[in-house]
Amino acid sequence: MIPELGHFALIVALLLALTQAILPLYGAQRGNLTLMAVARPAAQGQFVFVALAFASLAYSFLTNDFSVENVARNSFSQLPEVYRLTATWGSHEGSLLLWVLILAFWSTAVSVFSRHLPEDMAARVLGVMGLISVGFLAFLLTTSSPFERLLPAAMDGNDMNPLLQDWGMIIHPPMLYMGYVGFAVAFAFAIAALLSGKMDVAWARWSRPWTTVAWAFLTLGIVLGSWWAYRELGWGGWWFWDPTENASFMPWIAGTALMHSLAVTEKRGAFKAWTVLLALVAFSLSLLGTFLVRSGVLSSVHAFATDPARGAFILGFLAVVIGGSLVLYAWRAPKMVTGSGFTWFSRESLLLANNVILIAALGSVLLGTLYPLFMDAMGLGKISVGPPYFNAVFVPLMAPALFLMGVGPLARWKEASLPDMVTRLKWALGVALATGLLLPLALDGFNAWASLGFFLAAWITLAVVVAFIDRLKHGQGGLLQKLATLPRGFWGMQLAHFGMAVGVAGIAVVANYSSERDVRMEVGSYAELAGYSFTFRGTTAHEGPNYRAARGTVEVSQNGKAVATLHPEKRIYNASGTGMSEASVHPNIFRDIYVAMGEPLDDQSGAWTVRLFYKPFINWLWFGALFMVAGGFMAASDKRYRIALRRSEVPKNLAAQGA
Amino acid sequence: MKRWLPLVLFVVLVGFFAKGLFLNPREVPSPFIGRVAPAFTLPLVGDASATFSPADMKGRVWMLNIWAPWCVSCRQEHGFLMQLMQSGRIPIVGLNWKDKAREAEALLARTGSPYVAVPEDLDGRVGIDYGVTGTPETYIIDQTGIVRLKHIGPIGPDVWQTKFEPKLKELGA
Repeated sequence: MIPELGHFALIVALLLALTQAILPLYGAQRGNLTLMAVARPAAQGQFVFVALAFASLAYSFLTNDFSVENVARNSFSQLPEVYRLTATWGSHEGSLLLWVLILAFWSTAVSVFSRHLPEDMAARVLGVMGLISVGFLAFLLTTSSPFERLLPAAMDGNDMNPLLQDWGMIIHPPMLYMGYVGFAVAFAFAIAALLSGKMDVAWARWSRPWTTVAWAFLTLGIVLGSWWAYRELGWGGWWFWDPTENASFMPWIAGTALMHSLAVTEKRGAFKAWTVLLALVAFSLSLLGTFLVRSGVLSSVHAFATDPARGAFILGFLAVVIGGSLVLYAWRAPKMVTGSGFTWFSRESLLLANNVILIAALGSVLLGTLYPLFMDAMGLGKISVGPPYFNAVFVPLMAPALFLMGVGPLARWKEASLPDMVTRLKWALGVALATGLLLPLALDGFNAWASLGFFLAAWITLAVVVAFIDRLKHGQGGLLQKLATLPRGFWGMQLAHFGMAVGVAGIAVVANYSSERDVRMEVGSYAELAGYSFTFRGTTAHEGPNYRAARGTVEVSQNGKAVATLHPEKRIYNASGTGMSEASVHPNIFRDIYVAMGEPLDDQSGAWTVRLFYKPFINWLWFGALFMVAGGFMAASDKRYRIALRRSEVPKNLAAQGA
Repeated sequence: MKRWLPLVLFVVLVGFFAKGLFLNPREVPSPFIGRVAPAFTLPLVGDASATFSPADMKGRVWMLNIWAPWCVSCRQEHGFLMQLMQSGRIPIVGLNWKDKAREAEALLARTGSPYVAVPEDLDGRVGIDYGVTGTPETYIIDQTGIVRLKHIGPIGPDVWQTKFEPKLKELGA
């Protein structure tokens, strides 16, 4: 009964989404206020019904209703309750429902926080979001219903993929989708602006906080995914350039470019067409990611079960949404006149350079991800593109972008003075260069890549310091008082940039100074790695809720002093019989010690192969990303967006505007 | 014209994606083509006292279809396999792969069986010998027991006409 209720709720949601799409868009074109007023209640109603459908599916999972095919395939009676809940979005169908739920959530958020927008703008934005929702709800209902029954009911489920039974995976998908889908808001604002033909800077101001929040969620989602891969795949790696990872990384790069370009459009009225195009591209790449992961066109380690019918549906949808928006763009682009000019050295030109580099990086990732498909489609053979390509192309591209990150925020709009900039930054440059050259020597001998990383990290950090000093020179009151009066937009940007510096430092160290060993360990034997000594104390049988495990005990010591006792596990999951290695990690701020069980070698002696990793500074990566996330949220909560909210009272006389 | 550039690029991409939907990135050329099919002897589903071995099919061109009751795309091709069976074009042997829940017998009784024999590969060892990457996979094996074709993924009328039928003609079947 409950699954049928969920299915019915989805149908109602589809009807509401159609209403939300058609009436307000038509009303906005005609200047009909009554029709435009439908947008908000329709969006909110749609959210209620999608939430109802989601709750029904979650209920089926929590109560182990194995007469529902999706539950039978992705859950298991012995699965702990929290994973039964997250199994709701562990499958293709369930995650798509989560996608739609989050889209409805964003639509509702827009409907609540859009009171200050002109009525026709709000109606168009919600209408466009409604259209996207129609596509995804139709996709769910026609090819991917999570509410299909299985008759007769299964005795028990097949279990959730053991790799996903990790708490990083509990919050990773919702955060990632908050980001992906959040770009739909910027997309809808851009389309609404194109439709209305009013390409003023107002839409840039309106979309800025939404874009920044979506970007922050996406950053969090990606870093949680990376952190999960690091701990759960048992190989100590944190980024594999896998198509699924790239699918989330490409919208992130486009979103980063968009955030910066929006700043120029809002403040200076420049780059209008470019910013609109980026808003379209960021969300298009989110859709593209959905297609790549679910259609089976690329082979990936963690893609969903694929099906050509689904692939064809998403491709058709992609063609309509992206193709349609690009036609609209090409048609309206001549209307977008650019604002005031700027010289070759100004904040505008630096942000333009930032954008060009980011887009080049985006292009290189896109090319590498799709290259196997291009080759295959042209009958030129099967190839795979791996980390060597991406590292060779991506790193050199990002280095200049990171360098500019130090200069950009200090440059003045319109025209900055290069000699002045040199005077302000020369000591910072000197210190950064010295850090880059000397720090690797202090660590473990000279290494060019590590030097580059340290230099950039120090450079960005010092630029942040210079920016604060500049700001604090003026104004009255004590230091704390002055710090408190700095706008949150400033704080947010500096925090995010500093986060990037921390992350870059982490990457520079972990990529160049990590060490690892694959060793055969008998009970009582020990191995050395990076100055630590690892003693294997054998394994004991361990019974988990839905798995059995051999749990190893490894004592770690340094210079004779005990550091930690680690318990890596080799698990066999009861339902699927899948084996999995659960690594055990001892973290601190300067390094992780990471131990994973390999294979048992001999039943009599209890010997195993064991993988030992020493990962210096890896945690800087996660912390850097968290600073970036915090910076994003802080910037989006800047007072001026709220003031703008109150100040711009809407001219209700739309008949005049429609003309 | 610059403003049309994004659209043009996108159209080219969509063309590749559309083509990509009909390609299988996991399908790598099988090293078994032109070699003798790995031998095995397995009990039959529903009658554990009887066994099946590829040697039983000597002198005939036949098809080995590796499937499983838990596999969704196998259900997708089931209808077409039934048509093939009814047409009598080629005998199909259905290797039941890793059916831990022992559902195959009940499933085939309910939906009809397109197979002349259903050997049971419970622990998946035979599947490993054949290099199974995912079900369904289908092999054409000739009169002398040599693998002539491997297909990964469900079979439908299109795949049959473009891939299987020419190979069967070539083998004179």
